[in-house]
Amino acid sequence: MTLPGEPELQALHLSLTVASRSVLLSLLPALGVAWLLTRRRFAGSTLLDAVVHLPLVLPPVVVGYLLLWLLGVRGPIGQWLEQWWGIRLVFTTNGAALATAVMSFPLMVRAMRLSLEGVDTGLEQAARTLGAGPLDRFFTITLPLMLPGVLAGAVTAFAAGLGEFGAVITFVSNIPGETRTLPLALYSALQSPDGDALAARLALLSFGLGLAGLLSAELLARGLRRWLGR
Amino acid sequence: MLDIAIRHERGNFLLDVSCSAATPGVVALFGRSGCGKTTLVNLLAGLLPAQQGRICVDGQVWLDTSAGINLPTEQRRVGYVFQESRLFPHYSVRGNLLYGAQRQPGANTGAAQFDEIVDLLALAPLLTRRPGGLSGGEKQRVALGRALLAQPRLLLLDEPLSSLDAARREEVLPYLERLRDQLRIPMIFVSHQFDEVLRLATEVIVLDGGQRVAQGDLSTISRSAALRAIVGPQALGAVIDGWVQDNDNSGSGLTEIRVGHGTLRLQHRSAQSGQRVRVQLLARDLILATQEPRGLSVRNQLRGTVQSISTDADSDLIEIDIGGATVVARITHEATLELQLQAGLAIWVLVKSVSIQGHTYSRPAAPAS
Repeated sequence: MTLPGEPELQALHLSLTVASRSVLLSLLPALGVAWLLTRRRFAGSTLLDAVVHLPLVLPPVVVGYLLLWLLGVRGPIGQWLEQWWGIRLVFTTNGAALATAVMSFPLMVRAMRLSLEGVDTGLEQAARTLGAGPLDRFFTITLPLMLPGVLAGAVTAFAAGLGEFGAVITFVSNIPGETRTLPLALYSALQSPDGDALAARLALLSFGLGLAGLLSAELLARGLRRWLGR
Repeated sequence: MLDIAIRHERGNFLLDVSCSAATPGVVALFGRSGCGKTTLVNLLAGLLPAQQGRICVDGQVWLDTSAGINLPTEQRRVGYVFQESRLFPHYSVRGNLLYGAQRQPGANTGAAQFDEIVDLLALAPLLTRRPGGLSGGEKQRVALGRALLAQPRLLLLDEPLSSLDAARREEVLPYLERLRDQLRIPMIFVSHQFDEVLRLATEVIVLDGGQRVAQGDLSTISRSAALRAIVGPQALGAVIDGWVQDNDNSGSGLTEIRVGHGTLRLQHRSAQSGQRVRVQLLARDLILATQEPRGLSVRNQLRGTVQSISTDADSDLIEIDIGGATVVARITHEATLELQLQAGLAIWVLVKSVSIQGHTYSRPAAPAS
């Protein structure tokens, strides 16, 4: 659904697509990593923790560069992906989603860890004595009780994903209709001599989007907490 | 039959307990905080990884480290009632009650049983509510119901009353008494309050520093040195069982209770003729007389024979047989000498009605000898 001639709408649509795909991509891995880091003590847990948090401290350009090196057409994984599966990530919307997912992954893991730490393991023990096995316990007790955190993580990651710039532009470049999301379109508009009006409209759009996201997240969290009996 | 042999080391604390007890019945694990009661219960439930030992419940082996058997908690079917109720906040009371019931393979938890438990614990008005809005006593009743509906082979009660104030405790205790009397589920009841043990237990195991220091029926344990060391001299008192006599014609407001060869009169709210009553006579409340006393306000005079005399701290403990039951009195050493007390001496035991507390107890006991 591209709307030629309407660069704002196109950029908005791309931003939403990239952000939601990145959230879908990172939700399960983030849940797994959060669970591992909270509930399991293992050799290398500190290292895993550090690696997960790297995108927070690295310049986004470096993350983009690393992705390019790994997943580029001649990169070790990129080559394999293209040869065996016909998947190309560079210069594509999916590549932008992946770069965004990597950048927002630590935000998601942090929110989930926080909520998982708040889940009383005594409740899981009680479920155990009542005959619930590990998966049963996770899906009926642990996951429902950490849902507010999962939601918060997803919303934060989505909101951050709408504005991801450095890693995206480095990894998948700035291609209209493919990888030119809101911030990239804004950047392009600022680069062109007569793009001031477009830049202002794009900025306003980003602003409204962010506000709407935060408000709906708060309302959702309230409803969830009531459902959880808190 | 319950067979337990557990050795568990953590830091420099060693829990080493072997015991067996008849089922069904209420085994009270009694001891100070930190004596290993909760550790033992968690090992029974399988919530703590076992190091060494064997647990066998009614012929089913839950743990045998030498044979490599260790049944996971979820397959042991223990009903565990924790100190804090641990109800699931995102389920309604009904959802909590059914959580365990729905997970028992082949167990027959029909509507009839659900209704029976709901009835027994008076949970009907709470069913649609969330645990968050319940009082402490209500929470523990729901937790009890949830554990019971999971069809447990063994019910573990880890100080289920300790988080409640006196009034709430009184709200839950009668339900526990009903469970003991109406359901045939073996129970292990952990407590550091002897009055709870007094009301519920059929058998008592006293733990101290991770060791079993005494085990036996309540009457024997109530007079034991092991218990005395824990509850202190003030709280020492023999527990004896009696039967409510027909007292329609007395009209005194006091209930007459047959104990040994004698009769105790005490204030009891709801005792009915023929009902069993358990009474604790605190050693410090008893007065001894070598002649039949007259002109006293004391309502209770029991005839007995001195069984033994022992010295404890700065006073003497006199054990007196009152005909098939034994009571213990604490008097000064001076009094022992003055009354010339010795084993075999006939004696009167006096106790005020108002200082006796009775608890009805409907499980039929072994016939009195």
